[in-house]
Amino acid sequence: MSVELLSRIQFAFTIAFHYIYPPLSIGLGIALVIMEGLFIKTKNPIYQQITKFWVRIFALTFALGVATGIVMEFEFGTNWATYSRYVGDVFGSALAAEGIFAFFLESGFLAVLVFGWDKVSSKMHFFSTIMVSLGSIMSAVWIVVANSWQQTPAGYHIVGEGINARAEITDFWQMVFNPSSVERLAHTLSGAWLSGAFLILSVSAFYLLRKKHLEFSKRSFKVGLTIAVFASLFQLFTGDRSAVGISKNQPAKLAAFEAHYDSNSTADLYLFGWVNEKDQKVNFGVAIPKFLSFLVHGDFNTPVRGLNSFSRDEIPPVNFVFQTYHLMVAIGFTLIALSIIGLYYLWRGTLFDKKWLLRIFVFSVLLPQAANQLGWFSAEVGRQPWIVYNLLKTSDALSKAVTANQVIFSLILFTLIYCLLFILFIYLLNEKIQHGPSETDLQPTEYEKQKMIFHK
Amino acid sequence: MSFNFDLNSIWFVLIGVLLTGYAILDGFDLGVGALHLFMKGDTNRRILINSIGPVWDGNEVWLVTGGGALFAAFPHVYATVFSGFYTAFMILLFVLIFRAVAIEFRSKQPAQWWRTAWDTAFSFSSILIAFLMGVAIGNIITGIPVGSDKEFTGSFLGMINLFTIMVGITTVSLFMMHGAIYLMMKTEGEVQTIVRKWTNNTIIFFVICYLSTTMATLIYFPQMVQPFKTHPWLFTLALLNMLAIANIPREIHLGKDFKAFLSSYASIAALLSLFAIGLYPNIIQSTTDPAYNLTVYNASSSQQTLKIMLIIALIGVPFVLAYTVSIYWIFRGKVKIDSMSY
Repeated sequence: MSVELLSRIQFAFTIAFHYIYPPLSIGLGIALVIMEGLFIKTKNPIYQQITKFWVRIFALTFALGVATGIVMEFEFGTNWATYSRYVGDVFGSALAAEGIFAFFLESGFLAVLVFGWDKVSSKMHFFSTIMVSLGSIMSAVWIVVANSWQQTPAGYHIVGEGINARAEITDFWQMVFNPSSVERLAHTLSGAWLSGAFLILSVSAFYLLRKKHLEFSKRSFKVGLTIAVFASLFQLFTGDRSAVGISKNQPAKLAAFEAHYDSNSTADLYLFGWVNEKDQKVNFGVAIPKFLSFLVHGDFNTPVRGLNSFSRDEIPPVNFVFQTYHLMVAIGFTLIALSIIGLYYLWRGTLFDKKWLLRIFVFSVLLPQAANQLGWFSAEVGRQPWIVYNLLKTSDALSKAVTANQVIFSLILFTLIYCLLFILFIYLLNEKIQHGPSETDLQPTEYEKQKMIFHK
Repeated sequence: MSFNFDLNSIWFVLIGVLLTGYAILDGFDLGVGALHLFMKGDTNRRILINSIGPVWDGNEVWLVTGGGALFAAFPHVYATVFSGFYTAFMILLFVLIFRAVAIEFRSKQPAQWWRTAWDTAFSFSSILIAFLMGVAIGNIITGIPVGSDKEFTGSFLGMINLFTIMVGITTVSLFMMHGAIYLMMKTEGEVQTIVRKWTNNTIIFFVICYLSTTMATLIYFPQMVQPFKTHPWLFTLALLNMLAIANIPREIHLGKDFKAFLSSYASIAALLSLFAIGLYPNIIQSTTDPAYNLTVYNASSSQQTLKIMLIIALIGVPFVLAYTVSIYWIFRGKVKIDSMSY
């Protein structure tokens, strides 16, 4: 296999594995702020118990996110040196901002969040929770800004020619607010909130079915469901905005999502299908006629630019992104449905007796995870053959000093260590879930006890 | 050498500061790991691991930020070094993750064989991380084959020679000393008595390594000391370095563990400063042709980017320092094992 293919496999593998964890941290981060906020407001110890339990899960996802995140940062340089030289100047400021405003914020306050219960006051602890949550959102901001710049470059000019060409920044804010960053950030964040929310729903539903920790589970469930309802609907909105944005900025990608070949015809919106790339047809497809035209232009009869208007070597693998994209959309609607059904029965007051629904919720944790992965595959494969859209091709972005054997070696290393890491994650997650919330977490923390004695 | 207060040189210094911050912070927790197997008894070993429990994860963030800043400020250096040192860096990543796994797994099962296995994994990966970083620094001192297109043209095995191995071992010894002093501060009773003995031994080990590596550098890589010939006042830094190292046993003798730790801080910082001064204005020296050296000027991002990044750093760094210090303040004092412990 070529260095290019191996490097792409390695990057896809390591980023997909990494992306299991940050969305959980971001989603749980928001949930923790709500839970501990409720504790501060109501002084009800059950919310302290809830917060303490979910902090333990959060710490686990965070640790795995850091461990696999270091790999990502190294890999730009190790496998994609030419790309690094090309984009270094543009990403420079975004990365600096991420390091200073996100990483340090998260990692610093994380120690207080996890280990500091007895060392600081509950208000100070709440502040740390907010800072950690903010830090995790900030790191999403800067990473998505950098990634969006690759999709829709702005605020730069090209210096040098041929192999020495590279992008240099001309306007920082244009780079930050490039045409796709806001909508893609919103889409990414609500995807992350969903994965956190559904983890909470899943674990709570599991306890409810087992008739364990009932008070804890009902309240956790309500927090999770609140986030899920909001985030799943918001996701529909941001998804639509993103698709319209893609139709303007990356028409080849949108055309591939819907397997739309002919620029002169109106475009249908497929629910599912299987693309025959040779004959440029969709087999077994069910579509809403002309609906893509309507979504993009607000008019059913305006044609949408199709794949045939691009040169053959400048379109992505069509069926692959068609499938990943449609699966993601289908899961998105499933999540909306689940959230609304949950909300309906909660309103009716019978939610916690509906065994069939709770069973679905236990397994629902996999859905947002899958949707996040599929969405990113659509976005990144849909951009091919470009690594930086219309500027630099993936095949030109490799490290010149690296051989295929070296990448095979590292790929084996990563496979081994990530298997081990995944076993560790599942083992520890299971252990924490089996252990459940602990009774001592209902007691005031040492720090608060001291304060009470002092006041007497 | 003359130091210019331009953006490129400022960023050279700032990345030096970040990597020094990393060496100082992760240095002690790697050192604790390197010494781990010398400690006997399960509870004692748990005390060692929990002494770094709340901070080791955060310490690694300095590496992430240092790497990110290098990517941002000197993309060519980042690209050349990371792709050139491919195999070494992949092994480094593997061990970094493996060490984290070992820390998490170790205390999860009570069985003796389980804990011994993960203890061994934790300790050897800590040593290997320190060693590989030392070897990388060794290669920066010796220079590496870089062509006119700024690309590395050597091989993995070419990076390993007697000198780079010496720097690797010196790094291990430095972190061991640093870790032992940290442990002295964080432990009490029986464990502290054991650690106190280690401290003396690690200081001796480090001084031997340090002197031999320094001599080898003076003899074989005289270009590293050129700046000191042209600017004799820089010798004060070398003197400070010596004083900081000498001050460590003095403070320990006086029972001032924290001051000993600060001295250890200072000696790491001084050591890396001497290294950086010897290098400047080069970052990577090409053994193929000095004309292909990557310098702070020909390998950097544009002035615009360096300026924006400096503004970001000036806004952010005071906050980072303030809360890093407060977090170490919150977690001051001796280690206690509780329900959240490893």
